[in-house]
Amino acid sequence: MAFTFAAFSYICALVLDAFLIFFSIFHIIAFDELKTDYKNPIDQCSSLNPLVLPEYFIHIFFNLMFLFAGEWFTLMFNIPLIAYHIHRYLNRPVMTGAGLYDPTNIMNQDVLSKCQREGWIKLAFYLLSFFFYLYGMIRSLISS
Amino acid sequence: MASQPPVQYNLMSPSIPNATGTSQPPLLQRPITSNGIGQPSAGSRFPVPATSNSVPVSATTNSQWARPPVSSQFAPSTMSQPSFTAAGHQQCNPAIFGQDSPRPVLETQSSGRPPSSSSGPPLNNYQSGQPIINGNLGPPLANGVRTPTAYSGVNYATPATSSMGYSSPGVPPQYASQNFMPPQLHYGSGPPMGRPAGPPVPQQQYSTGYPSYSSASGQLPPISGIHTQQLSYPAAPVLPNAPVNQFQNFNSSIDKMASQMNTMSVTQTGFDKIWGHENVDLLQVRNILPAQGVETPRIRLRQEHLNNVHCSMDIFRCTLTKIPETNSILQKSRLPLGVLIHPFKDLTQLPVIQCQTIVRCRSCRTYINPFVYFVDQRRWKCNLCFRVNDLPDEFQYDPMSNSYGDPTRRPEIKNATIEFIAPAEYMLRPPQPPVYLYLLDVSHVAAETGYLKLFCDVLLEELEKIPGDSRTQIGFITYASSVQFYNLAENLNQPHQLVVSDIEDIFLPCPNDLLVNLNESKRLVIELLEQLPLRFNNTADCNSALGAALQAAYKMVSPTGGRITVFQASLPNIGPGALKPREDPNQRAAKDVPNLNAATDFFKKFALDCSGQQVAVDLFLLGGQYMDIASLSCASKFSGGCMYHFPSFHYVHNLPQVERLEHSLRRYLTRKIGFESVMRIRCTHGLSIHTFHGNFFVRSTDLLSLPNINPDAGFGLQVSIDENLSEVQNICFQAALLYTSSKGERRIRVHTMCLPIASTVADVIQSADQQCIVGLLAKMAVDRSLHSSISDARDAIVNVCVDVLSAYKATMSSAPSGLYAPSNLRLLPLYLAALLKSVAFRTGQSTRLDDRVFAMNQLKVLPLSQLILSVYPDMYAIHNLHDQGAISQGEMVIPQPPRIHLSAEMVDSTGAYLLDTGDVIYLYVGRNIHPAFIENVLGSSSFQSLPEQMFELPELETAESERLRNFLVHLQNQRPYPAVLQLIREDSQIRHLFSSHLVDGRTESSLSYYEFLQHLKNQIK
Repeated sequence: MAFTFAAFSYICALVLDAFLIFFSIFHIIAFDELKTDYKNPIDQCSSLNPLVLPEYFIHIFFNLMFLFAGEWFTLMFNIPLIAYHIHRYLNRPVMTGAGLYDPTNIMNQDVLSKCQREGWIKLAFYLLSFFFYLYGMIRSLISS
Repeated sequence: MASQPPVQYNLMSPSIPNATGTSQPPLLQRPITSNGIGQPSAGSRFPVPATSNSVPVSATTNSQWARPPVSSQFAPSTMSQPSFTAAGHQQCNPAIFGQDSPRPVLETQSSGRPPSSSSGPPLNNYQSGQPIINGNLGPPLANGVRTPTAYSGVNYATPATSSMGYSSPGVPPQYASQNFMPPQLHYGSGPPMGRPAGPPVPQQQYSTGYPSYSSASGQLPPISGIHTQQLSYPAAPVLPNAPVNQFQNFNSSIDKMASQMNTMSVTQTGFDKIWGHENVDLLQVRNILPAQGVETPRIRLRQEHLNNVHCSMDIFRCTLTKIPETNSILQKSRLPLGVLIHPFKDLTQLPVIQCQTIVRCRSCRTYINPFVYFVDQRRWKCNLCFRVNDLPDEFQYDPMSNSYGDPTRRPEIKNATIEFIAPAEYMLRPPQPPVYLYLLDVSHVAAETGYLKLFCDVLLEELEKIPGDSRTQIGFITYASSVQFYNLAENLNQPHQLVVSDIEDIFLPCPNDLLVNLNESKRLVIELLEQLPLRFNNTADCNSALGAALQAAYKMVSPTGGRITVFQASLPNIGPGALKPREDPNQRAAKDVPNLNAATDFFKKFALDCSGQQVAVDLFLLGGQYMDIASLSCASKFSGGCMYHFPSFHYVHNLPQVERLEHSLRRYLTRKIGFESVMRIRCTHGLSIHTFHGNFFVRSTDLLSLPNINPDAGFGLQVSIDENLSEVQNICFQAALLYTSSKGERRIRVHTMCLPIASTVADVIQSADQQCIVGLLAKMAVDRSLHSSISDARDAIVNVCVDVLSAYKATMSSAPSGLYAPSNLRLLPLYLAALLKSVAFRTGQSTRLDDRVFAMNQLKVLPLSQLILSVYPDMYAIHNLHDQGAISQGEMVIPQPPRIHLSAEMVDSTGAYLLDTGDVIYLYVGRNIHPAFIENVLGSSSFQSLPEQMFELPELETAESERLRNFLVHLQNQRPYPAVLQLIREDSQIRHLFSSHLVDGRTESSLSYYEFLQHLKNQIK
């Protein structure tokens, strides 16, 4: 029983991951609203875009903690998502502000369904990793 | 977004008073059939002339209308515009019968009328030719019961409606006198005999042997918007409009058509093969281009009576005339499914209706249309969502006959294109006034081009014709390093110029009087337009602060909404939205083209702001240097604007562009315009709209926000099939365009297209519409180039061609060795090969980035007929025009030279050729042309003495000259504004303008058409 840095990073990840789950739920709802015509794409994009970078930074932040804690397996588990995030942000449409979503092409059926699928996959990933972090936290707390 | 107009809500509430305060009976209005003297339009179904006044129509015995005439309204004599009714040909297609008659009509005999056809009991009622309507039609009219006071609809035939090109005094009430009859009759008896006098309309292609109605009207004014397809097979000499034995007549028509088809190699033995589902071995056929133009495929519904009411193919066109039952059939056919629409096209005939409640489906808000099914007299079943709705009482009332009881007689049920005058619930704010703001680049580069003088002159001339009413507002901004405003307040002696040099944080120097009422300040406007060209003659200012000027313009126009017109001649290089040159001139011929996308999102964000405030930005780009159209175009792309490009415009050195600008500008200033508009496109449950193409902002899955709509804008949409459609018989698309007219009226224009279902791959392939497919593929390829790369897009184009031909091969029972295509798709490889060589997609050939980007934008927005012309121009040999096969319009005899392939082998040095590319018509004269031609047509003594620049033909009194001029007039009449005619001598320096359009030939970097076919053949397994 020892409160190591690994255990601390798992606790942090647990808390932050809960935020990420909320982010992705919000994302899914937002795109559903777009699909069912409840919201104007301009408004919707301006509410979604500010959330993109915080999400990425939160995710990268606790992965950095895992890196320093030497939790290699957990880090490997997350690296594909980090790579995807970076790739996605590098290929974003030309825009002055932060964000990914362009109101002029967001209503394209392809983009819309891609974003929606992305939301669901991320939600599943974050949920899965939530339980994994829980397990990791307990394991690192009771080990040694 | 609060100011955006609503599309719908609460229509069915009967308590809402009519916008004009009129009361029952419901007001219906139909200005089209007016003859200007209050002559009642007669609706007789019998071959007798309905009234003595309608002489030109009196021969309309078996008119093609399988449905009774629509409520014809009579004619207020206030009708001012001399234009002419096309007698409903736009919507109703007489020629269907002409085409169908030789074929055994399988569909008609099949199992009677299917249950979901819209011919319920009421319809059968009149199909039997009952006299009820008839009896009611005549007398009230003749007795003058239907006085204008009885129909307040008359009010609407005032300038507001007449501006749309309705009928004029002296035009016979054709529409009204069409009679109807059971459609089956036509099949038994060949083509209908008499034809209403009318213009050559699309159907003419089938009317070869009939008493031609092209002879009929001498008073035809030019009709804008007839498309090339209309020229097909018209060649029969005009027969007298007399009763001939129908069969003989028809046989002769077959013979003629067959003889015409001799030029095409498809014409083996007889008629059946041509209309049948023949295939063509592309490698064997040398001249695959139909000499008389490409025929438009028609939609054939199983419910025969509905085939008369189809929306014009120029307005609404689907890539497949039969929709595959399931997505897997569509995938197997490898064809793109999509719709091209030209919603605000100038129409010669359009029913306008004002009623208290616009009947719409309660659940999906579809407008009632000809393809709905009447469950009984009081209920109708929506053809998009299949909900059964109640009919309001007033819908029972037929204003034509003053009778109640038969909803199918309503104009809404008889026209697939219709316009409603919208009641107050369609407005979120009072209709805006027309507001026009002009932004003029006055930098040194712009002053050099000299466009300002031309602009001011044209605007001065057209000032009276600008669409608008007493509320019209106008304003001007000029900009270079600073932004100059013009105070045009009524009480001033002369225009005051106000200069703002703080371009980083632009502000309006005075709160009002920058936008002024045109009528009140006309004197100052005229004075300003006279001064402007002089004022900026010798400017040395090399900067252009377009961004700041746009922001200022937005501040001026945003409270009302309106139109911002920008004339830009140089790269905007200072202030917000400044751009940098990105093009590398050495890479113009490279395989992959970078920088097709915008460099900054300034213009896009600006356009979105504009779109929210109902402001559209139109661009006139005149630069000789790189001006980053890719970035600038965003301003009009997302605000529903339009763009014109005049590369290297110069008022002395580039006269063809001067001509082009003048023609385009005249059209631009005077054409119809719709403000604060939205377009919603609905389709039958089971289909969904996938992607939109055109200039607009997509506000929701099926709603396009179009701050302005203009009659030259086309749109495309890709459609996907989500569900199995085997349960339904027909698929419908409905486009509803809600707009504010320049007279401040809120109107809704509704187009409905209905298509049958096909259940086999072969059926789907054989129903494909090659031109429409090319149109849609071009738009998709532009998207692909922007998102991926041009080489990707080129590959995709070739792959489509390979896939389609492979899919067709798979449907054939035996696999022959050649390269076979179904006859309806035989031109697809030709068009796609040409598309690969078009300015937008060509590689290996030096192409300026701006030209390419502009060409891509045009592919996205051009209406189909112009798009096809720009991809594969029409070429005619004109050294040998003759009257054989000519058609006549009034007193004009128009020769019909065959279209020839765009290949250098067709061009002879002893010939003269006309190349019609849409906005420019090139007249190419070979070096060894017969001197007589030069003398008789071009008015010169020899080839050497021909002028280098020539923009119109001399009016010589020779037969050759007259033929060519008639033919040119004929070509010009088919487009919204006249094209520029440009003479090119074979030894001229600008010869490449002509030769670059010879796309069938081989160039250093591209395959010839024949090589392309060989390539396809190798690809197809």
